[in-house]
Amino acid sequence: MARLLSGPPLTAGAESYGAHQQRFGALPAAAARSLIGRLEASHLIGRGGAGFPVGRKWRAVADRANGKAVVLANGAEGEPLSLKDRTVMAARPHLVIDGAVLAADAVGADDIIFYVGAEHRAAEAAMRYALAERAADLRGRARVVQAPRGYVAGEESAAVHFINAGDPRPTTTPPRPFERGVGGRPTLVQNVESLAAAALVARGDDAGTSLITLSGAVRRAGVREIALDATLAEVAASAGGLARPVQAVLLGGYFGGWVDITDLWARPLAPASLRARGHAFGCGVLSFLAEDSCGVEATARIMGYLASQSARQCGPCLFGLGAIDAACRRLAARSAQPDDLKRITRWGGELAGRGACKHPDGATGLLRSALGVFADDYAAHQRGRCVRGAPAAGRPGALAQAVA
Amino acid sequence: MREQLVVDRIRCDGHGLCAELLPEVIALDDWGYPIIKSGSIAPALLEHARQAVDACPVLALKLALVTAM
Ligand SMILES: Cc1cc2nc3c(=O)[nH]c(=O)nc-3n(C[C@H](O)[C@H](O)[C@H](O)COP(=O)(O)O)c2cc1C
Ligand code: SF4
Ligand code: SF4
Repeated sequence: MARLLSGPPLTAGAESYGAHQQRFGALPAAAARSLIGRLEASHLIGRGGAGFPVGRKWRAVADRANGKAVVLANGAEGEPLSLKDRTVMAARPHLVIDGAVLAADAVGADDIIFYVGAEHRAAEAAMRYALAERAADLRGRARVVQAPRGYVAGEESAAVHFINAGDPRPTTTPPRPFERGVGGRPTLVQNVESLAAAALVARGDDAGTSLITLSGAVRRAGVREIALDATLAEVAASAGGLARPVQAVLLGGYFGGWVDITDLWARPLAPASLRARGHAFGCGVLSFLAEDSCGVEATARIMGYLASQSARQCGPCLFGLGAIDAACRRLAARSAQPDDLKRITRWGGELAGRGACKHPDGATGLLRSALGVFADDYAAHQRGRCVRGAPAAGRPGALAQAVA
Repeated sequence: MREQLVVDRIRCDGHGLCAELLPEVIALDDWGYPIIKSGSIAPALLEHARQAVDACPVLALKLALVTAM
């Protein structure tokens, strides 16, 4: 069965239109009509982070499109630990375009926009070249828009706002993009990997694989494609095994959460299996935190980044994440104020649902997971001690290792 | 009717006036921004809720029938 990354090796660069057609045959244009139902049956869920069912979203747009909808393929990939969207665009641009064209046919859209992170140079070049290869078929229906840097620029209302008005800050919802988006028209915002997966479903695939990005204490970091019923242990083995003993995994990236390694190790990564345990696959980031790294420190770095990425429009996000960041930093430096741990625990439960977008929800979700998984470490740090290996100051942080 | 209070988070600048008028439903966080109790407004409080909506100086507060996708 063809998969997202089957075909030539990733190092070979973008697959040409000719090679793509040889592997997959022509675009099954007639499939578009029945595709929504098949996507629903496949239980494909979005790969951009929020995990919304793809088929249901297509239907919501189709119901109000009147042939005038817009497809916005989201390749912003602002998530610092994720590389898979730029990888699929750079290596399999035609699969992404197939998915976007099928989506446009299925929902009734006459405009397709590929929203590609400005820093993802190879991906943007591959997408532009691939669109040029198909210019005759696309007849001006598709274009590339560079997404500005920043974590929040990839949020769906921010993407729409940027395309409409040059301002990459989220807008108040409703209306959501599927109601009123680009140019005021119903807009299907769909992650680029989700679209590529939909193109496989259109050809009879079962959507049983997903792209992931591995980082941290694993031997071979980077992007790979996994069967969704694989366990974390099998995934780690396929990446050469763990580089060091591991205590926790950051699952789903900065929008996701920390999970104790023992809670996940022998379990399949299938979204339903994760959901049953209160976890989420998110955008497929798996970052391994070594046993001798400090989760309090790693979390402080993430919270610092997320606070810095607030679009600074909504009080609870601006002030709340700012205050959490400051307290997390004091805790990590073992110079906490008396109530810091108590306060971040309270704030962590107060911010969700109180921004125009879900940025504060993601950030506090991550914080809450850390407070659970690293509970002993937080208690120690509140008392001015770190129970992990060497003193914090002289040690490279876990996140630095994850990124390197 | 199942009406709920919704805050336009971009407009709201934390005057806190709404919480004074409707403490049964609206609390303030450490920075003066409203935390709305979830669920629909009890009929007995609807009139107060309307007053809070009218009092918001930046028109950030609304009573709305909330729908999901
Ligand atoms: C702060 C924030 C940042 C986001 N960044 C991205 C992004 O870079 N790429 C992406 O595909 N989705 C991103 N999303 C999710 C999008 O809003 C949207 O749900 C997604 O593009 C829909 O595609 P999917 O259903 O295929 O996942 C972000 C969401 C939030 C709240
Ligand atoms: S919640 Fe934060 S990131 Fe989202 S729109 Fe408001 S200020 Fe911007
Ligand atoms: S009165 Fe209006 S601006 Fe003030 S806190 Fe309430 S909603 Fe926000």
